[in-house]
Amino acid sequence: MKLTVNDSIRTVETDPDTPLLYVLRDDLELHAAKYGCGLGQCGACTVIVDDKAVFSCVTPISLLEGRRITTLEGLGTVERPAPIQKAFIEEQAAQCGYCIAGMMMRAQALLLRDPNPTDSVIRAALEPHLCRCGTHMRIVKAIRRAAELLRTAPVSTKRAI
Amino acid sequence: MSLDITSLSRRSLLASAGAIIVDFSFPSRGPAQQAVGSSSETTAEKLPGSLSTDPFLDSWIRIDDGGFATIFSGKAELGQGIGTALLQVAAEELDLPFERVSIVTADTRRTANEGYTAGSHSMQDSGTAIRNAAAQVRELLIAEAARRLELPADQLTTENGTVVAQDGRRFAYGALVGTTVLHVRAQSVSKLRDPHTFRIMNTSIGRIDIPAKVTGGAAYVQDMRLPGMLHARVVRPPSYGARLKSADTDVVAKMTGVVEVIRNGNFLAVVAEREFQAIKAMRTLAAIAEWEESPGLPAHDRLDDVIRKLATKDFKILDKQAGPIAAALNLSATYTRPYQAHGSIGPSYALAQFSNDALTVWTHTQGVYPDRAAIAEMLHLPREKVRCIHVPGSGCYGHNGADDAAADAALIALAIPEKPIRLQWMREQEHAWEPYGPAMVTDVSASLDNAGKIVDWRYSLWSNTHSMRPGPAGSLLAAQHLAEPFPVPEPRPLPLPEGGGDRNALPIYSFPNAEVLHHFLPTMPLRVSAMRSLGAYMNIFSIESFMDELAMTAKVDPVIFRLKHLDDPRAKDVVTLAAERFGWGRRAKSDGTRGYGFAFARYKNLAAYCAVAMEVEVDRSTGRARVKRAVAAVDAGQIVSPDGVRNQIEGAILQSISWTLYESVTFDETRITSVDWSTYPILRFGGVPDSVDIHLIDRSGLPFLGAGEAGQGPTAAAVANAVADATSQRLRDLPLARARLVR
Amino acid sequence: MTKHKLMAFVTLCGALTAVTIALVYEPSIDPVDVSAVGFDAALVQKGADLATIGDCITCHTSPGGKSFAGGLPLKTPFGTIYSTNISPDPETGIGHWSEAAFRRAMRRGVAPDGKHLYPAFPYDHFTLVSDDDDKALYAYLMTRQPIHALSRTNELSFPFNVRFLLAGWKMLFLGSGPFKPDPAADPIWSRGAYLVLGIGHCGACHTPRNILGAEKAQPFSGGEAEGWQAFPINSASLSPVPWTEESLKVYLRRGWHELHGVAAGPMAPVAENLSVASEDDVRAIAVYVASGMGRPFDGIESGGRTGATRPSGNGSKPQSGGSQTVPGAPDGDIGARIYASTCATCHESGRAMPYGGIDLSLSTLLSAPSSRNFMRLLLDGLPATDGRKAPIMPEFSAILTDEQAIAIASYVRSHFGNKPPWQDVSVRLREARDDQAAAPLSSAADHRPAANK
Repeated sequence: MKLTVNDSIRTVETDPDTPLLYVLRDDLELHAAKYGCGLGQCGACTVIVDDKAVFSCVTPISLLEGRRITTLEGLGTVERPAPIQKAFIEEQAAQCGYCIAGMMMRAQALLLRDPNPTDSVIRAALEPHLCRCGTHMRIVKAIRRAAELLRTAPVSTKRAI
Repeated sequence: MSLDITSLSRRSLLASAGAIIVDFSFPSRGPAQQAVGSSSETTAEKLPGSLSTDPFLDSWIRIDDGGFATIFSGKAELGQGIGTALLQVAAEELDLPFERVSIVTADTRRTANEGYTAGSHSMQDSGTAIRNAAAQVRELLIAEAARRLELPADQLTTENGTVVAQDGRRFAYGALVGTTVLHVRAQSVSKLRDPHTFRIMNTSIGRIDIPAKVTGGAAYVQDMRLPGMLHARVVRPPSYGARLKSADTDVVAKMTGVVEVIRNGNFLAVVAEREFQAIKAMRTLAAIAEWEESPGLPAHDRLDDVIRKLATKDFKILDKQAGPIAAALNLSATYTRPYQAHGSIGPSYALAQFSNDALTVWTHTQGVYPDRAAIAEMLHLPREKVRCIHVPGSGCYGHNGADDAAADAALIALAIPEKPIRLQWMREQEHAWEPYGPAMVTDVSASLDNAGKIVDWRYSLWSNTHSMRPGPAGSLLAAQHLAEPFPVPEPRPLPLPEGGGDRNALPIYSFPNAEVLHHFLPTMPLRVSAMRSLGAYMNIFSIESFMDELAMTAKVDPVIFRLKHLDDPRAKDVVTLAAERFGWGRRAKSDGTRGYGFAFARYKNLAAYCAVAMEVEVDRSTGRARVKRAVAAVDAGQIVSPDGVRNQIEGAILQSISWTLYESVTFDETRITSVDWSTYPILRFGGVPDSVDIHLIDRSGLPFLGAGEAGQGPTAAAVANAVADATSQRLRDLPLARARLVR
Repeated sequence: MTKHKLMAFVTLCGALTAVTIALVYEPSIDPVDVSAVGFDAALVQKGADLATIGDCITCHTSPGGKSFAGGLPLKTPFGTIYSTNISPDPETGIGHWSEAAFRRAMRRGVAPDGKHLYPAFPYDHFTLVSDDDDKALYAYLMTRQPIHALSRTNELSFPFNVRFLLAGWKMLFLGSGPFKPDPAADPIWSRGAYLVLGIGHCGACHTPRNILGAEKAQPFSGGEAEGWQAFPINSASLSPVPWTEESLKVYLRRGWHELHGVAAGPMAPVAENLSVASEDDVRAIAVYVASGMGRPFDGIESGGRTGATRPSGNGSKPQSGGSQTVPGAPDGDIGARIYASTCATCHESGRAMPYGGIDLSLSTLLSAPSSRNFMRLLLDGLPATDGRKAPIMPEFSAILTDEQAIAIASYVRSHFGNKPPWQDVSVRLREARDDQAAAPLSSAADHRPAANK
């Protein structure tokens, strides 16, 4: 099966019923999306498909032919971080960090729709996500910071998704 | 007196397999700047921090000939930022740039045995050891440079990884290490850097692990990939004590990709080539297997009653009698706490490989040494043949399923030698099988005199042990489920001053008459162990709620009431600061929906101090309570990373809000029924406060005080006190469920 | 025209006008200052219980807004009506209403200034509420948090924005309360009838309406609310497994039942309120509604499945048990493939609810003549909310393409619904997608007032 992941076409030889999460992690070695529950309850597995956030743990790859999948790795790197990544580092918005990749993908999808979200919109958007360490305040702050960075970034560095 | 080491080569020293104990003392450089721990001159005195159990400097610090230092800590990065903080400590005292220090943590082959990364001990134990070791290594490097330059050591100083003489001659550390022996015992006194000159300690450096975590780099034990790796899943029994009657493993063995089905007594596992194949096989086997269960769980809605009736071992841990004093008012109350779960976001996991008769386990356990000992015992292997390496997982908040997952993976690895076995617990398995924070009941009563001061205080608590950590093999689930099972170890209370169920049961306030009874309950209806702050969460909730009830009875402001009963000036500072920054004196009178609460504690009465003030709004139409605003003041002694401490306290506050408002493990007479996030809901963003502000008190120069668990107890009481203020309804049973607040 | 006839005509016009005015005109009632009035705590509590059954908070709070401050848009065939601020704020709420004014509003749908209220405020039901209960509700509302918030202007086109025409509507459709119980009836049943027909206003959603927006004389035969179908709750019930008093009670208080389904869409906040209502009252409601459904029988007719796994007891599966996917889905049937790979992991897991998904052969959703509820549930899922123990289902709107959504709808309808194919799948899918796109950025299917956030 061919999947479009982070702008490149990847071929995977696996049972098409396999949830995207395991394909990303095991076959494509993209580790950002995490196994948190496998039930669509916690958000740790969140990636972006086309331009919306989805739970990769309940999405079999058979549904994703021709769709554009974006993972956290596709947004930027340590050397060249995307605005959302830069913001999370600046705000030190992580404790164990396990939930963070999922939060960031949800936030990225939100910012694409609404570049200037209020705090209550941010919180409502993150309701599907759990954080057990209690990093919520910093996560919201980092998303606000990311919105700010995106607004002031030169056009060429904004990744169109 | 100085040691002449020119006649010894490092190689010859090491070749004697550590049989030579090399003592040394610092060349005289002037008065010692600081003595942490013992101040005696003899080396037989207790060494600071974990140096007392691992006294050799090179157990903690190595420097290569490029001038890069590696520090070794027996503590693990749990997401609390300890890795970065220890690097700061080492870089500071070694006088190296931060980028030239790296850290190896918790590996039974490479690091000291520092027990568990728990109890907020990491800075106090490992941080103190590394700080002192680093300072002493620096002195050794100076001594070596002095020897080469034929100058007195006190004419030399260091600068960013270089020893410098007044005349400008210099040696980079890397040039010195070849002839500097670090395999020496530490001294009990170190020349520590003056806190006023800190360049790295007491600054908020970005955590070294965060960049990889936000860009998808391999950062977790779950991300490890080894060649030939196989995927495994355990099929756990449906309930405690269930017995496997039958399981047609042949059907499962024939499924695509399945390599092995393991059955050993009540232990069932599947191994497959691909992860999803393992999951499908697990589900199929779980559906096929038949178990014999028996009801054995207590009545969930009468838990406090059940707890009081269990057999006890009683300990009177405080008995202070100043003689009878005239009491004007008496008050008493009972508080209860249900079983609560760690609920780690990432279910437990381990990677294990058995090769050449040796077992390696990569695990996120809090204690690599104890877990190794238990696994070795379970598998009948000599300890030297088992290596446990800590690799970070998700936050564990105590003894969760990590140790068990390591044992599961190890067991499977032995059955399939050479192949790395990747074992992932499922969400429902983590929820159903992790050891919970024990249910507790407390009774408090006190008397006030005419001046509104507490003159008599009686406190009783009922609790299971708060630690069933390995230890013995029988503490591991897999070991309990084998055909030849290991017995569950006898539970024991953790000794004071730290305590377990009685952690923070001794009030920090001064009362002329006081009695505290710890009713230790050996019978454990549910699986229990250590959960962040142990008994402190419930004891502080009880004590601080009751202090408010007393303050109201005495008609005294709750903050003033506490200050009246505190002697410790650091305690008073923290209380005053939190109240002041919150605007406690200006708070509005309750209008039936909004209320204010305050609480304070010193974790374990010997770690960090934390006071929390809160504003809570309660919607009386639905009974929902939400913390609007929280302000905390913290005294953590010498702080290494201020932002790190803030992060931990914020986290503790939010986690405790979740425990306090929502959480209780549910079960029927046979099974745990809270097995996922729908049946065990926790805080979501809709319930998060508008603001949380943490104020740190600068106590540079004082010893480190652990802050990781200081926020849970005060938060619980602050919430309850605010709810009582808002609604005039005092809720004493955790969680503070909304059905009781509807009006 | 002769002088006589002219006089007669004028007199007739005058008389008609007088009659009309008499019928339409309502005097204004003077405002009062409630701030100094104390209300008995027990009375307030009684009002609270009634208000949870009446679900006042859900309509009178906008998403993200403060409780009872109004502002929720209600789309009707006549335009959009915004709920009013019924917090006790004296300027923008009802803080200046006397008890008599409140009672008149409930009984006859008239505001203190004499203007007629739109029956979006279901006074055709509230008219049945007794004087004593109105007194309690008044005490309850007057002791809420006063919120200063101007009520929004309704968006109704002519002639629907002409309030006095409502007098005519009332003449046709408004009965006059209060409720008169049948002395021979079982008291619990009567209590249930009083609550359901009155403050509970269940028929407002569950009864079909005529062209003038009034309920037809087919009580509980099914209606609609906010794009969702409110299923028949009488003998025309679509549930494959008949409801009983017990299952209805459990469903209403808990928000789901493993033999029937989940309270989704506008029903979700109803169940959330009933979870804190008096248990006796919820039982009474269940008794009354069940009585209208006909005799329950033991057999289950649909698909031969017996559904309902209990979480515990010998024979039920352990936590991890059950299928991850269903093997052997036929090639070419996209719907079957999607079900097998995506839905079966929860819905055919054999795990007890809420942790597992409902056995679809038992879900009323799939027996409904329209696919609209199914489509909304599929796209919105059942979002998790803070601190609530309830089934969580991921939203599939972003995961499924239109083609995939249509395929799965057709598959589950035929395979589990055991009914002829839905005819409206594309239309309902489009509606659901449009509503989702138009909704403010908040969690999907968010009908919850600020109180629940």
